[in-house]
Amino acid sequence: MINNLQLPPWALWAMVLALIVFIAMVVISVRRNHGIKRSLFASPYILWMFIFTLLPCVLIAYYAFTDVNGHFTLDNFSSFWDSNYIMRENLRSVAGDEMAATVARGSVNVDTLVYSLWMALLCTVVSLILGYPAALFMADRKMKLGPTLVVLFIIPMWMNFLLRTIAWMSLLEDNGLINAFLERIGVGKVQLMYNQQAVLLGMVYNFLPFMVFPIYTSLSKMDPKLAEAAQDLGCNDMLTLLKVTMPLSLPGVISGITMVFMPSVTTFFIPRVLGGGNTRMFGDLIESTFKTAGNWNLGSALSLIMMVLILISLSILRKADPNGEGGGIV
Amino acid sequence: MKKTVCLLLTLALLLPVLAMADEVVNVFNWEDYIDESMLALFEEETGIKVNYMRFTDNEEMVISVESNPGAFDVVFPSEYMVERLMNKGLLSEINYDNIPNFKNIRDDLLNPAYDANNAHSVPYMWGTLGILYNKNLVDEADVHTWNVLWNEKYAGQILMMDSLRDTMAVALLLTTGDKSSVNSTDFTQLSAAAELLKQQKSAGLVKAYGLDEFKDKMVAGEGALAMVYSGDAEYAIELNEDLAYVVPDEGSNIWVDCAVIPASARNKENAEKFIDFLCRADVAAANVEEIGYCSPNKAAIELLGEDYQESSVMNPSDEVIARCEYYHDLDETWLNIYTTLYSEVLSTKVN
Repeated sequence: MINNLQLPPWALWAMVLALIVFIAMVVISVRRNHGIKRSLFASPYILWMFIFTLLPCVLIAYYAFTDVNGHFTLDNFSSFWDSNYIMRENLRSVAGDEMAATVARGSVNVDTLVYSLWMALLCTVVSLILGYPAALFMADRKMKLGPTLVVLFIIPMWMNFLLRTIAWMSLLEDNGLINAFLERIGVGKVQLMYNQQAVLLGMVYNFLPFMVFPIYTSLSKMDPKLAEAAQDLGCNDMLTLLKVTMPLSLPGVISGITMVFMPSVTTFFIPRVLGGGNTRMFGDLIESTFKTAGNWNLGSALSLIMMVLILISLSILRKADPNGEGGGIV
Repeated sequence: MKKTVCLLLTLALLLPVLAMADEVVNVFNWEDYIDESMLALFEEETGIKVNYMRFTDNEEMVISVESNPGAFDVVFPSEYMVERLMNKGLLSEINYDNIPNFKNIRDDLLNPAYDANNAHSVPYMWGTLGILYNKNLVDEADVHTWNVLWNEKYAGQILMMDSLRDTMAVALLLTTGDKSSVNSTDFTQLSAAAELLKQQKSAGLVKAYGLDEFKDKMVAGEGALAMVYSGDAEYAIELNEDLAYVVPDEGSNIWVDCAVIPASARNKENAEKFIDFLCRADVAAANVEEIGYCSPNKAAIELLGEDYQESSVMNPSDEVIARCEYYHDLDETWLNIYTTLYSEVLSTKVN
């Protein structure tokens, strides 16, 4: 069954071909320039990118448009729209048309995607609301505490995000630290884990630095004379912030939004640990499609749909920051 | 000159391997599933060298066995995987003349549904699926049935297992009242079972769906009731005296990890010697003490003392075994139907 899935036979040849092309490129480049050119130093990375970025993308597309036997099919996309599609076909073969007809359209995949986009949006908005003032504070040259805050933001990132998420569990549990404190001061226990808020908290906690740092960078690159000029021309502090500082930090904001939104949509593990299966997101769905259901083709189709959605949102954001000033991520 | 020396040295290194070629047994077992000092004991007693290799899941193991014929002499699949390997013709029949200690295996696990007369498999470790509950939070009169997981009294304190076959099995047992329904291939039954699970989730009865972490949650008092395997229950009860384990009246799943000999095995006799060694009372007892799972070995349980014999978790009564059912291997079609229905359960939101 599932475990007999292997890489398509041409995957190895594609890698061999990549190596040959790579070597040819190096040789041609050395010959043309009668020696080693500087751009040649980028070639190890180009090779890396080809094998570990480009080839996997090609493989995902290949699986998404084929069935188990490697024949071209669009069934995987029908399955995305109607999650009961394959089941209905299977039922037809083992229980007859009549039974198959009782199965209505399943909306599990679409609903989960919509839910993930909604959660990612919430996470991005909350991160922005929390992150912008923090970045403003950190970038303010008059604040002595700014650099310390930067370090404090970085320190938790030295630890893997899985560990940080598990650490939240021991805080939020019924008998965890927060509830112990609430009980001590007489408020009583509150159910903090295994709901949407807990998942959102975990996501914001993990992705907030990706919002703060791009904004911080664009704010600290800003020439302080511009703000001074605005004040000389009669702006008060509030107006300076709204009319000068904020517009100038926009590239950072856009970069921050991208860097939070992207990983948020693809979040997995956090919903499982902090949401306890009550808040399933698209990343978890893809994982279980590969691992539990063992359906690589559908799993690839789901991944492809998500990648396309992310590409679309990136190109929309790119319009807002055409010069890539906010770090050029977009 | 240098090259020649190198070559000679390499050959010299290979010599002991060649000399011992017929005195090895290649064992492929689960991670952390044996007392490894027993391997040295086996080598000492028989002079047969044990090449010990490990795997972490059944599916991965099958791929290795299929793609490396001759590499393994003893393998330890779970019962449904024994069935699949057998149907694929990958197992060889065991010659019980070479395994006198087979008499130690408890009678109710013999001649199982997955392998008639144990022609291909010898039980190694086993267990059941059941409910782990906190005696301080749950009325013991309620837990004799799986229905307790749908009891409004315990809303928000129930930990469900995120495991396709096991979770569906519980709902199937409840909707049909028939223990053989854990292997149901009746779509009406299956969709009714999925409906029951969806209703349980949307009514807010379930605190969370999860797996391994729940034994520790139960120890910490984070839930009143949890679906667990008996091995995990034993672990939790040892750490928290308020916990107890029950296999509900409607029946449950029983699982057995077995020792088998692949058809491609090169050292079949050594493999049989090794399996016989594992069935010896002292060896089986040592393994149980090391890994903490239930042993199917009567003589080993005798050796392990009273505490162990009286534990209903580690040594369930014949009556409990009688109401449990083995899982059968599902074909791809039905597996997909199970998966699709179960996926809808997992995506159900709390109202």
